[in-house]
Amino acid sequence: MTPVLELHRITKRFGPLLANDGITLSLAQGEVLALLGENGAGKTTLMNILFGHYRADEGEVRVMGRPLPPGKPRAAIEAGVGMVHQHFTLAGNLSVLDNVVIGSEPLFRLRSRRAEARAKLLALADRFGLPVDPEARVADLSVGERQRVEILKALTRDARILILDEPTAVLARPEAEQLFRTLRGMTGQGLSIVFISHKLPEVMAASDRVAVLRAGRLVAERRTSDTTPAELAELMVGRRVTRPRRAARAPGPVVLRAEDVTLVERGETRLDAIGFEVREGEILGLVGVSGNGQATLGRLLSGLVRPTSGHLTLGGQDMTALTPRALARAGVGRIPEDRHAEGVIGELAVWENATLERARDPAFARNGFVRRIAARTFAQDLIRRFDIRGATPETRTRLLSGGNMQKLILGRALAANPRFLLANQPTRGLDEGAIAAVHAQLLAAREAGAAILLITEELDEALALSDRLQAIVKGRLSAPVPAEEADPRRLGLLMAGAWEVSHAA
Amino acid sequence: MIEALDLLLSASLWAAVLRIATPLIFGTLGALLCERAGVLNLGIEGIMTFGAMIGWLTVYQGADLWTGLLVAGLAGALLGLLHAWLTVPLGLSQHVSGLGITLFASSLAYYLYRLLVEVGESPPTIEPFRPLPIPGLSAIPVLGEVLFTQTAPTYLALAAVAVLAYVLARTPLGLAVRMTGENPHAVEAQGLNPVRLRIGAVVAGSALMGVGGAFLTTAAFNSFFPTMVQGRGWICIALVVFASWRPGKALLGAFLFAFFDAYQLRLQNAVEGVPYQLFLMAPYLLSILALVLVARRARVPEALMAPYRRGER
Amino acid sequence: MRLERRPQVPLLYAAVSPVAAVLLALTLAAGLIAAAGVNPLAAYAEMLKGALGSRLAVTEMLARATPLILTGLAAAVAFRARLWNIGAEGQFYLGALTVAWAGHGPLAALPPVLGIPVAMLLGMAAGALLLLGPTALRLGFGVDEVVTTLLLNFVAVLFVGLMVEGPLKDPMAFGWPSSVPVASGLRLPDLVPRSRLHIGLLVAIGAALLVWLANARTVWGAESRAAGLSPRAAAFAGVSLPRTLLGTAILSGGLAGLAGGIEVLGSTGYVTTTLSPGFGYAGIVVAMLAGLHPAGVVAAAVFVATIFVGADAMSRATEVPSFIADVIMSLSLLCMIVALLLATHRVVR
Repeated sequence: MTPVLELHRITKRFGPLLANDGITLSLAQGEVLALLGENGAGKTTLMNILFGHYRADEGEVRVMGRPLPPGKPRAAIEAGVGMVHQHFTLAGNLSVLDNVVIGSEPLFRLRSRRAEARAKLLALADRFGLPVDPEARVADLSVGERQRVEILKALTRDARILILDEPTAVLARPEAEQLFRTLRGMTGQGLSIVFISHKLPEVMAASDRVAVLRAGRLVAERRTSDTTPAELAELMVGRRVTRPRRAARAPGPVVLRAEDVTLVERGETRLDAIGFEVREGEILGLVGVSGNGQATLGRLLSGLVRPTSGHLTLGGQDMTALTPRALARAGVGRIPEDRHAEGVIGELAVWENATLERARDPAFARNGFVRRIAARTFAQDLIRRFDIRGATPETRTRLLSGGNMQKLILGRALAANPRFLLANQPTRGLDEGAIAAVHAQLLAAREAGAAILLITEELDEALALSDRLQAIVKGRLSAPVPAEEADPRRLGLLMAGAWEVSHAA
Repeated sequence: MIEALDLLLSASLWAAVLRIATPLIFGTLGALLCERAGVLNLGIEGIMTFGAMIGWLTVYQGADLWTGLLVAGLAGALLGLLHAWLTVPLGLSQHVSGLGITLFASSLAYYLYRLLVEVGESPPTIEPFRPLPIPGLSAIPVLGEVLFTQTAPTYLALAAVAVLAYVLARTPLGLAVRMTGENPHAVEAQGLNPVRLRIGAVVAGSALMGVGGAFLTTAAFNSFFPTMVQGRGWICIALVVFASWRPGKALLGAFLFAFFDAYQLRLQNAVEGVPYQLFLMAPYLLSILALVLVARRARVPEALMAPYRRGER
Repeated sequence: MRLERRPQVPLLYAAVSPVAAVLLALTLAAGLIAAAGVNPLAAYAEMLKGALGSRLAVTEMLARATPLILTGLAAAVAFRARLWNIGAEGQFYLGALTVAWAGHGPLAALPPVLGIPVAMLLGMAAGALLLLGPTALRLGFGVDEVVTTLLLNFVAVLFVGLMVEGPLKDPMAFGWPSSVPVASGLRLPDLVPRSRLHIGLLVAIGAALLVWLANARTVWGAESRAAGLSPRAAAFAGVSLPRTLLGTAILSGGLAGLAGGIEVLGSTGYVTTTLSPGFGYAGIVVAMLAGLHPAGVVAAAVFVATIFVGADAMSRATEVPSFIADVIMSLSLLCMIVALLLATHRVVR
């Protein structure tokens, strides 16, 4: 039987980077294929080529046996390929119906046929179990609802092949499970599905076959039933990169305490009477799916926003109203969630980014003038100590790779021997080697006695590094669970909000 | 005081309001269209100036008034194409490109005018648009004089409001333009071309701006002189925000503004002792006030000012 | 076809961009000159002669460059911090008006060594105040400063007109209304005797040096650059965005106000509603041509002044209207941004 989709020797270069190297894949009708690989392996690039966002340098795509004209999303859509993007391609200010209808009618038609479109949308929603309100404003929808709209967009254009890029990145466990059930239902109705993921448990549970990409190459294909997570992990990473192990350590006194902290922003309660403690020499892991208050908590502990009520104390001193620089002076190190948008300024040199936070410290400023030599020396020191590759103090920071940028951010936070470190999604978007390096640094800081709050979406990272764990769901925290008692199942439940609500710190 | 209030009742005031509003309507609609697609067009002041000059010049050279308006529209479209090219495919700063085009278009207008037209004691004139009474309707007391005895371009402006409102709200093209201003990646993901849509919107919007400028020289006045646009273009930019990027509200904003302008003109003559400059300042200060009042609630098109780069997420 | 960022911008490319842009602009403008029935090369020759061909010409040109350096600095300082100050024209006028008033009234009796600096400071304060309004509106209400600063230009000129026809009217002046003159003791001494070039040029160059120093070496300069490049990252690093923005506004408005004040103290001695032939807007072009660098501003101001003074001379000698100067200037701006793009990006299939 002809495969519904064939990718033949697809190759794509971005400057010196070989993103896809001669990849050949096929998809059979009614099949669920998982595209597995770590960050930067080339999965999204491959799917973007399939959908027409990019043009391959070499190779061919065939849909239902016919070659697909490259570089045109319209051609892909007309051939029956639909894509649900990782970062939703939706217009928040417009309605669900608007978002679904766009592009489906001839552009110069004199009147848009909305009643028909609405009826078709509701029929599809019903058929595939994806309830939506056509007139709702997309910005008002929850993440799960928005994803439904994304899927319905593809289905409205009569997609026979559906590509989903990291579909569960923003979903809690129950929603993710619901999504995969929905996808199964779709294959029952004749659709074929490819989904991209770097999460092994999902791939094992939801796919028929798995294709593993590593550094742009297809390194293996397996029937899911014939393989194991351990085999896939090794294929994904290519070598036994062992992440550092946490050694047991008795924690010291409480360094950071949050009591009854509530934060209301624009009428919405983002943090709801949360309380926690972080002790000297321990890592407290806060796990949760993005969108549950982590960003707000991160901004709060970074000094960018004040709580509506409640207290934060650092070593006994009230830190509720401290600015970022005062926090830095008080011994707080901060790693922001988004290194590109918040952590560094790409156009500035490494030495400038290394010292911007402490620009007014006597170490780097005298009488309002910048002490350039001191700053450069400091940067040089960071480069050496934290193994920041591809950088001199003068290098423009945007030229650094993601991993090296993160090492810079980590280094500047750790160089001051902070007593409290906020690590917010510290390994997001990094490859295995960089992740191992970051974990090693965090554990070393813990050894040296820092109190660390680790906010992360990656369960295995939290389990590996944390001494205690709490889940954050809709702005509230579960009671802390010691690492010995934490397992993925229990944590999964906590992350979904199934706990006896306790406000004890 | 009584005189000031009396003025409000005169039909000639309200007729003037519509006349003064016309270039503002064109300009605001044009800027609105550009911004709805995601592009701020600060070239408006220059485009209106150039439109005023070229429309007048075309008529001066012997063509009829409608050809003059057409040429002004085309000139506006070409200048818009330049702005669109710089800001969309090249992704340059919309602020700088727009300002550059204002400076360029204005200076080009003055240069060509000085080159091609003999200016004596007073600038040469043309026969402008005359009021075109609508048969039957113009006989209605008060309303007839105000609404139905305007020049043809004014009727055109009012029609343009209706057409643009319809296109944006009810047609697939309008939806595509709107979405380009909210999330161009969404447009691309559905098989359309956001670059072409943006360019098209900017060109069309700039054509409207050109026509608005030409109204000044072919209907409101009958000659061209430097600095005749007097910042109307900038006021239109403020009015777009005031109008929440909707054609209907743009019409309202233009009327309100034109009302203050027409009123202060007559007030100047009626009220003694107040320096006329204070009256002239009022429009600009009011525009600033309008911006402040609307600022908090403004639902700006999300992708306004953000350059679109394919594949970049 | 796509544009891809170059990892490194060769210094040569960055340095050549303004030159290439100007040459392209001159070439395009040549077409317009030809349309006037004049040989472009002959016209440009007249231009150069008119601006640089004699001692008188050069002093004229430098006198014209003086306010351009200052408004150029005003724009450069503001744009670097992403504060879109398009109001330099109005700030210029308010500075000029304030200096005219102070120089005639309160400061008239002071010795020059005291009176002149105080007058300049007052001019700077006036310009700064005018820009603080729109800046506060941006900080407090999120109102875009582009439109507000632009609209205030018109208000400022009207205000000058109001004062010049009213309280500050010079009863001795015939024809066009102008203000009462500043005390003769407060006039800036000539830099070159029997010319219109006054020491204001030195003040302008000094200002450029100070701005360079502030940008490159001070903490404030580093912070405002960071805030202009990435407000979010700067805020994370503890930079106070309101403080840097306000500081920028004071400096930028102050420089534009100083331009106006120096024009009054050095060139005319009084203020009128036509004191500026568009110095504020030209300053924006100067700043962009200079890549927002203070040193470049001086060079670019000299270039723009050459064009303007040259075009005046050229229009007297030929049939080419002097507006060609504005055309060349605005074309240079547009060509410059394209040239900069090509210097920093390469075209890729």
